[in-house]
Amino acid sequence: MGILLQLIFTGLGVGSIYALVALGFVLIYRATNVVNFAQGDFAMVGAFAMVVMTIDFGLPYWLGILLTLIVLPVFGAAFNLGVYFPLRNRSYLPVIISTLGASIFLENGMLAAYGPRPQSLPPIFASQGITLGPVFLDSQYLAILATTVVMVALQYVFFERTLLGKKMQATSQDKEMASLLGIKVALMIMITFIYSATLGGLAGILIAPIIFVSVGMGSAIALKAFAASIIGGFGDVKGAIVGGLALGVIETLGAAYVSVPFKDGFAFLVLFVFLLLRPQGLYGERISEKA
Amino acid sequence: MTDRPVALDAPAWRRTRISPATVVLLAGGLVGAVVVPFVPMQQYLISLLMQASTYAVAVLGLTICLGYAGQINLAQAAFFGIGAYSVGLGTAGFGLPFWLALAIGVGVAAIAGMALGLASLRVGGHYLAMVTISFQTILSLVLINWVSFTHGPDGVPNIGRPVAFGYVFDDGAYLSLSILSLCVVSLFVLLLPNTRLGRDMQALRDNELAAGVVGVDTYRTKVIAFALSSFFGGLGGGLFAGGFSYVSPDQFTFGESVVFLTMVLLGGVRSPFGAMLGTALLILLPEWLRFLKVIYLAVYGAAVILIMVFMPDGIWGFVSTQWRKLRPPTPIEPGQIAPLPLVRQVARDVGRVVLATKDLSKHFGGLKALEAVSFTVQSNDVHALIGPNGSGKTTLLNILSGIYDPTRGGITFDGRELVGLQPHQRAGLGLGRTFQNIRLFTAMTVLENVMVGAERPNHPPFGGEAQLEQHALAALDFVGLARRGHEQVGSLSYGHQRLVEIARTLAGSPKFILLDEPGAGLNHVEKSELVALLKRLKGHGLTILIIDHDMHLVEQIADRITVLNFGRRIADGLPADVLRNPDVIAAYLGEPTVHVAA
Repeated sequence: MGILLQLIFTGLGVGSIYALVALGFVLIYRATNVVNFAQGDFAMVGAFAMVVMTIDFGLPYWLGILLTLIVLPVFGAAFNLGVYFPLRNRSYLPVIISTLGASIFLENGMLAAYGPRPQSLPPIFASQGITLGPVFLDSQYLAILATTVVMVALQYVFFERTLLGKKMQATSQDKEMASLLGIKVALMIMITFIYSATLGGLAGILIAPIIFVSVGMGSAIALKAFAASIIGGFGDVKGAIVGGLALGVIETLGAAYVSVPFKDGFAFLVLFVFLLLRPQGLYGERISEKA
Repeated sequence: MTDRPVALDAPAWRRTRISPATVVLLAGGLVGAVVVPFVPMQQYLISLLMQASTYAVAVLGLTICLGYAGQINLAQAAFFGIGAYSVGLGTAGFGLPFWLALAIGVGVAAIAGMALGLASLRVGGHYLAMVTISFQTILSLVLINWVSFTHGPDGVPNIGRPVAFGYVFDDGAYLSLSILSLCVVSLFVLLLPNTRLGRDMQALRDNELAAGVVGVDTYRTKVIAFALSSFFGGLGGGLFAGGFSYVSPDQFTFGESVVFLTMVLLGGVRSPFGAMLGTALLILLPEWLRFLKVIYLAVYGAAVILIMVFMPDGIWGFVSTQWRKLRPPTPIEPGQIAPLPLVRQVARDVGRVVLATKDLSKHFGGLKALEAVSFTVQSNDVHALIGPNGSGKTTLLNILSGIYDPTRGGITFDGRELVGLQPHQRAGLGLGRTFQNIRLFTAMTVLENVMVGAERPNHPPFGGEAQLEQHALAALDFVGLARRGHEQVGSLSYGHQRLVEIARTLAGSPKFILLDEPGAGLNHVEKSELVALLKRLKGHGLTILIIDHDMHLVEQIADRITVLNFGRRIADGLPADVLRNPDVIAAYLGEPTVHVAA
């Protein structure tokens, strides 16, 4: 029982990372109707920015995070301008391919700059964690869970309680109508990319002390985050969070009780099952095109 | 515009079936295949050519899937790997003959592709992208981790080659075999667009919704496109394994899938020549770009974005567009077109109910777009469906043509229940439709658009392509556009595009057509031509259900009118009665309805 609880805790921690990246997916999807296949690389960029700040420049940890949180929005804006904006009036296929190109570019550019050797980042807290009954709560996982809760709460308040948030919601529901009402659609989409890049980068910073920082770290997370958002119901914010957490737990339990080498396969197995039996996911509605 | 006597001569405008491109492909491939074994070549050059020809076979699979059918496939390296490992393990591990191992590999790849397609193609394209990446990831995991079967990261050495007359293929002979295979596959891909399957794929790529309504079984077509793509992926991989006699998991990763994708995009996604050009370039480029060393994959990535932004049709697409600008399409001389054999049971069953809805409701969440609407349409009537904006007219049409399922209620058409049938099945029963916002297959010619309509299910088969084209031309001639058959449909004016949409429906010899605001955006002259056209259609025995906002147009042609407001039927009957109905006037002018208490 103790082991099971321990595994579930760890799974929720990993799942939070998936949830954060999945949220980024969903927000961009809702704003642009396109899946950003470089979403995971936002996490990679965030983690590498931290490596540059804290290890290469030797800055203190808090300053590193602060500067990274300045770098990420700029990166998100540049990504929007370079990868999405020129193709905004085309169908989803060119945009998907363009984001794929961006992903290859980012990963291999980083590979050329930093080499294949994985980097490691120190944990956020000096303390190891706390023991609660049979479960050891690792401080890093606690930090991940806490950040996820805070981000989800902030996001809820932002979208439901602020004018800017409502304008962004309007944009995601009907761009034409929103622009007729005087909402600057291009700006809203820009903000979405900025926020999404920050969210993804944050996930990268959080998970960096647990896994090594490598150029491929992002796409591995992104694939699972994408699977999580389909399982939750594509385009649904709640679905992204629940799907992410569920996938983290399933994966951790699968690795512990079934097979370690195939750990990365469980997410996709669950995904296939969902696509076959419930393609709209847990919370999604059936999607159909307007005639 | 009017009926003309049947022409007996063979039409002079018809394109010759054996195009120069076909000749170039056949001759080039055959000469290459025959000459290659006798040309002394360095090992390095042989390897390069072997790689290029086997990769190109897999890239041609992407031409079908992505270029023709518009479905993304990010796992072509996985299918390539399935073919390669089947040949590798089959010949080296189980001692099977090369051909048998190749057949198994191609079969397994095609079946895997079909299964993947069946699971994911019902839902949107994003899912397909995701599912193919997942499949790719799982296959890579299996190749690396199932050591007892796949030999794990070490790979499979000593792969066998085909044997003929007790003689094992040497490098020259094997390269010749690869080139020959490439030649056959590219010929198949070149000829595919001029077949029913190929047209269905392109129709679905350009406008999936319209393709379904016109009679294309979109799901089946997508699955076939995907299975064909994996089939060629497996074939390319099998040939690759035999050529290099060693395979390992790192040759079939997601990164390689992206390389395949880049090849087809760079060369041009809509032509087999583009696929071969892209493959050749990207296999040679790394040799030429050696100086880039570590960043060459990053350059790949940047190139993909740049291609998407500046040259979405790839190099070949760019070149052929320029070429087409130099040579405008030849107009078709309409003098020799046979009249369109439209509905024959003219006016024999006037007054019979052909279409009836019963308590039809459609709710979108809390919004009741339609609420318990019942109405009937009688044979050979022009029946108008009117109502203010947002009254549910288009929703009703979408339910009739099968785009939406109703929340409740039923539809009988010609004595058959329609609810539960797919759009293409309804088209197969003789139910045609046009769209409010024109939905044509924009990258196809006018004639090809109409040919797709002519090939609806249950339509009597044509004796061949020639007869099919004749029939499509007759439908175009009916709306007066036969001359422009060979033009790209996107180059036509708005009004003409509406007529092409009608012709596309007529080519399927429907009994009943649904017209969603055919008059929208037309000028005065075009509108009076539309009225004349609708009257001719009625004269040919068709039944028409039309939505329009132009009351003048409706009054001129409608035999009966049904009025919707806020999703409910508020009036139904003869035009004179309906248009005087106070509820209808109130609905249009926005006055509150006065209910007098009894």
